[in-house]
Amino acid sequence: MSVPGGSEKKEKASAKGGEKKPKIREAYTSFGQPVKVHYGPEDLEGFDPRRDLGDPGSFPFTRGIYPTMYRSQLWTMRPYAGMATAEETNERFKFLLNSGQTGLSLAFDLPTQLGLDSDDPLARYDVGKLGVAVDTLDDMERLFDGIPLDKMSTSFTINSTAAIILAMYVLVGKKQGVAPAQLRGTVQNDILKEYVARGTWIFPPKPSMRLIADTIEYCINQIPRFNPISVSATHICEYGAKAEQSVSLPFLNALAYIEEVLKRGYSVDQVAPQIVFHMAVGGRNFHLFEDVAKLRAARRLWARLMKERYGAKNPESMRLKFSTGALGGGMTAAEPLNNIARGALFGLAAVLAGTRSLNGGCFDEAYAIPSDLAIRTALRVQQILGYETGVTDTVDPLAGSYYVESLTNQMEAKMRQTMEEIENRGGIIKAIEEGTLQRELARQSYEHQEKISRGERILVGVNRFTSKEEEKPIEVYRANPKIRENQTARLKAVKDRRDPKRVQETLSALRQAAEKGENIFPALFPAVEALATAGEITSALKQVFGEYQEPRTV
Amino acid sequence: MNERRPIRVLIAKPGLDGHDVGAKVIVNRLRNAGMEVIYTGLRQSTDKIISAAIQEDVDVLGLSILSGSHVELCQELMERFRGKGIRDILVIVGGIIPREDIPVLKNCGVDGVFPVHSTLEGVENFIREQVSKKRGEGLREKGPEI
Repeated sequence: MSVPGGSEKKEKASAKGGEKKPKIREAYTSFGQPVKVHYGPEDLEGFDPRRDLGDPGSFPFTRGIYPTMYRSQLWTMRPYAGMATAEETNERFKFLLNSGQTGLSLAFDLPTQLGLDSDDPLARYDVGKLGVAVDTLDDMERLFDGIPLDKMSTSFTINSTAAIILAMYVLVGKKQGVAPAQLRGTVQNDILKEYVARGTWIFPPKPSMRLIADTIEYCINQIPRFNPISVSATHICEYGAKAEQSVSLPFLNALAYIEEVLKRGYSVDQVAPQIVFHMAVGGRNFHLFEDVAKLRAARRLWARLMKERYGAKNPESMRLKFSTGALGGGMTAAEPLNNIARGALFGLAAVLAGTRSLNGGCFDEAYAIPSDLAIRTALRVQQILGYETGVTDTVDPLAGSYYVESLTNQMEAKMRQTMEEIENRGGIIKAIEEGTLQRELARQSYEHQEKISRGERILVGVNRFTSKEEEKPIEVYRANPKIRENQTARLKAVKDRRDPKRVQETLSALRQAAEKGENIFPALFPAVEALATAGEITSALKQVFGEYQEPRTV
Repeated sequence: MNERRPIRVLIAKPGLDGHDVGAKVIVNRLRNAGMEVIYTGLRQSTDKIISAAIQEDVDVLGLSILSGSHVELCQELMERFRGKGIRDILVIVGGIIPREDIPVLKNCGVDGVFPVHSTLEGVENFIREQVSKKRGEGLREKGPEI
């Protein structure tokens, strides 16, 4: 592959023979279609703007799910935060709120994500490292100390143990005098992509799907403003998914969750409005226009699926509500400050595509979890996009572009095709259980890496325009080595003051509810309130549900 | 030890980290390069990794760690390796590893460190060179086997 400007000499040489024929660089879409040098009306044959776009805020929502979008409200600027102990995270939350952040996004450490307590030997090196450690309700209370939950929207990156964390959050709210119905936020709770890409699974797929349905059902009935699931594209993308797969795979996952709840007698219009998505932009495959087109196509495809396949009547079911994450995998270790520019472009794609919320990429992602400086810079990048560039002045500014509309059409067709292929092979859960999907993605990821190795995919500073100078190392975030000690001491204190009999009784009631197949939430609250640990609750459920065994995927 | 035996590699994911796409990319690359590669899957204890490395008689152990626990995990693993008197397995580590940790890892006995965006050729070439060196040294120390 050559870059524009790189072939100037050849152009001049070939122009000698009379007719000027500049050398044209080849370009292909991520799904292998040649990209034309320019697009025109002939590329939009059969395209009907009334039918295929509609107005912003109306079916099929290609242009945006609300009529006025950023003219009424900018997207939520939501860097990912969470570290170490509850106090440190609470401090950082307050710092972020003071810097003008409008929502909280909480990361948990791996033990919390896997249902292991901080004093568990398996957790010994990971307590408080990638996020905050939460063992009991007590930690959650300190995490949100002084932060009024009725004024906050909190996003929790938690999956296998999402039900436990949600129960804790509801109880913290109650203690603050906030009724469950007032709580706003999201738990990720998207287990299928954990088996595919992120790896924090605990239970096998079947009981996991049931736990998720329990959570969705609880939210529908008790905390309707809280999103019980955020179906995520980001991890699947980091794992090698191509642009169309980055939508079709999360959609298949989402449909699997919806169907699980429909089986319980709910209607699609009760379930679908509760489901939100976390879409991806940027990354090593970044292509500005494809990213915009894929998200526009995703909105249209979701609206059509809900209406045509599931017979949804409520427009809320058809609105694809998504936040967007800029993929950290697109951030290079070489010349890390270049990543600020990448983060800005990834963010631009998300904003041009009409995201409602954005996790910007941080420049030090290839080194560690982001430092304060990197987080603040990522937030500033978003503020520059929102206040200095004018891209928020009109809704869906790329609509009507021959190129972007043509790409949007092609993307929707590819997404439908990849969904159909998996459905014809027995569905997404089967593909995951057998490991065929993971194998395919791992292969794609490998092929992509080889393209970088061969210089076919250009990464500035990595395989092109590299500098020879020794770089000054950047300052990276370091977890406090005392965290585990402090957190286990705190856990011990909680264990010492709780009523062990009450813990045992509530845990055994929880096991019974799990065995009977009842919704576990009514039995979960008393256990959490009795200060049973996340690890104890997880172990109780493991006794009933069993543990997942990975298939061979490589 | 037979010099012409294909290089055998164990790629392992120690600790709780679930990000294994990098590990799988390496598995694919080394297999395509003619090596015999075994992948452990997620959440392996250091003891399990060591016994797999011994059982499979590997030349190379590759650890993939993106959770920030690389120093602790490598220290533990190398200590246990030494405890068992194992010195002829090449140990390499890849993942999200801050630059200033590279000497720390090497000090505890890791032979090679490959942070994200290391090249695939770099990893493969390092393994080839070091294994042939180790095989040579191994023969000298132990005297001819058979």
